[in-house]
Amino acid sequence: MRKVITGNHATAYGAKLSRPGVISAYPITPQTTIVEHIADFIADGELSCEFVKVESEHSAMAACISAQNTGARTFTATSAHGLALMHEMLMWAAAGRLPIVMVNVNRAMGPPWSIWADHLDSVAQRDTGWMQVYCEDNQEILDTTIMSFKVGESRDVLMPTMIAEDAFYLSHTVEPVDIPDQEDVDAFLPPYDPPFKLDVDDPKGFGSLVMPNNYMEFRYLMKLALDRARERIVEVDREFEEAFGRSHGGLVDLYRCEDAEYLIVAVGTTSSTVREVVDQLRSEGEKVGLARIRVFRPFPVDEVRAMVRGVKGVAVLDRVYSFGAFGPFYTELIAALYGQDERPVIKDYLVGIGGRDVRSKHIRDIYSNLKAVTRDGLDSETEWIDLNRPGGGA
Amino acid sequence: MPYDHESIPPTPITSVPSDQFLKTGSWRTFRPVIDRDKCIKCFICWKFCPDVSVRVKDEDSYPEIDYEFCKGCGICARECPKDAIDMVLEV
Ligand code: SF4
Ligand code: SF4
Repeated sequence: MRKVITGNHATAYGAKLSRPGVISAYPITPQTTIVEHIADFIADGELSCEFVKVESEHSAMAACISAQNTGARTFTATSAHGLALMHEMLMWAAAGRLPIVMVNVNRAMGPPWSIWADHLDSVAQRDTGWMQVYCEDNQEILDTTIMSFKVGESRDVLMPTMIAEDAFYLSHTVEPVDIPDQEDVDAFLPPYDPPFKLDVDDPKGFGSLVMPNNYMEFRYLMKLALDRARERIVEVDREFEEAFGRSHGGLVDLYRCEDAEYLIVAVGTTSSTVREVVDQLRSEGEKVGLARIRVFRPFPVDEVRAMVRGVKGVAVLDRVYSFGAFGPFYTELIAALYGQDERPVIKDYLVGIGGRDVRSKHIRDIYSNLKAVTRDGLDSETEWIDLNRPGGGA
Repeated sequence: MPYDHESIPPTPITSVPSDQFLKTGSWRTFRPVIDRDKCIKCFICWKFCPDVSVRVKDEDSYPEIDYEFCKGCGICARECPKDAIDMVLEV
């Protein structure tokens, strides 16, 4: 069934089709309509699931952790300050090896108070152990929700996933979305079958204290789990394509990158604008492609190394800045490429921070600048695009 | 004892009351010793032990201390209404 729906509505459908046993969430703009749609599904009897009302996001994640520990599949959604409030519980979910799935609507952190798109909220949760998938359109959000349960619940992964959708560009923008049939999703995603759970007939303690002589090994297991998740994400993307006829690109979604001399690396909805500009530039004879980093954790190290082979210059578009350093996607890319024999010129462009529109004109300017610095050498590692300058100059 | 990553569960999972990852008995400086002549089997020591280290087989038996896990905190000795528990310096 095809419907014209928002990203938040697509999120609710993705959650519903995955048949969660428990959902707990606290409303926050621009995520609120996800919770509203889910509440409607439950009220209308379309979704049989326990919805736990809570007084904060910290409690929402705590409720999901407890429910998942009893063997229930759980889902939640949040945004920005709500995600920040969950921080402690995110660590608990990951190290508790609970494959919870959460949609985070990427919103700028205050102050200055803002509700618009920005990747700082989710990138600031980078080291919690959660997988992170950044979506480009509403279909991808729905499909990724279903796929993420399958990846996370794999016995050799057992890790939670955060799906990121840009505020308003996706959360409140309608697009045609194919809603799969429940029986097809059931065939693709079997019921959650955890290797351990709370059982009153066989009581166990979870997450107890260990001394330094045993702590590192538990962290090493998490490292191995996310390393394996790299392969699982690609496999599940392929299985999804076989079942539903569409793929979202696995770890890195490459567009017109064959024979490309220049790459524009983008994340989330900025990618759609880059796609458009790549088409324009290609028709003008430029050898340029788009590399959309879809999965930030686990970081697609091998794919990133492979995609720059033969490439002269790479522009990284970061919708988030790590104060006192660089844009985080740029930093990760540089780290993955440092040991390689041949490295392209790489420059970081800060775009769209706090929901400022990223237009095709900006991408074209970035491309011209990238060609110039590739030829003449870097002027600076980072450049803030479309920043209001003193005196009004660009 | 240290475990390698292949012999541990994905997250610390312990059976109740023992804990394979943390044998707290090695922390002890003073060892609780129950004087059966004074003990009235009220099991207040069992109720208060924070490490579930006072074991009670049945209501007719005397409580016994599990020294693999008893960390020697002395709460049982303090709470015993009959002063039946001595804290003895470990040697
Ligand atoms: S509290 Fe004292 S008297 Fe009561 S059972 Fe324990 S040792 Fe015996
Ligand atoms: S000394 Fe502390 S740990 Fe040991 S048995 Fe008494 S209460 Fe329990």
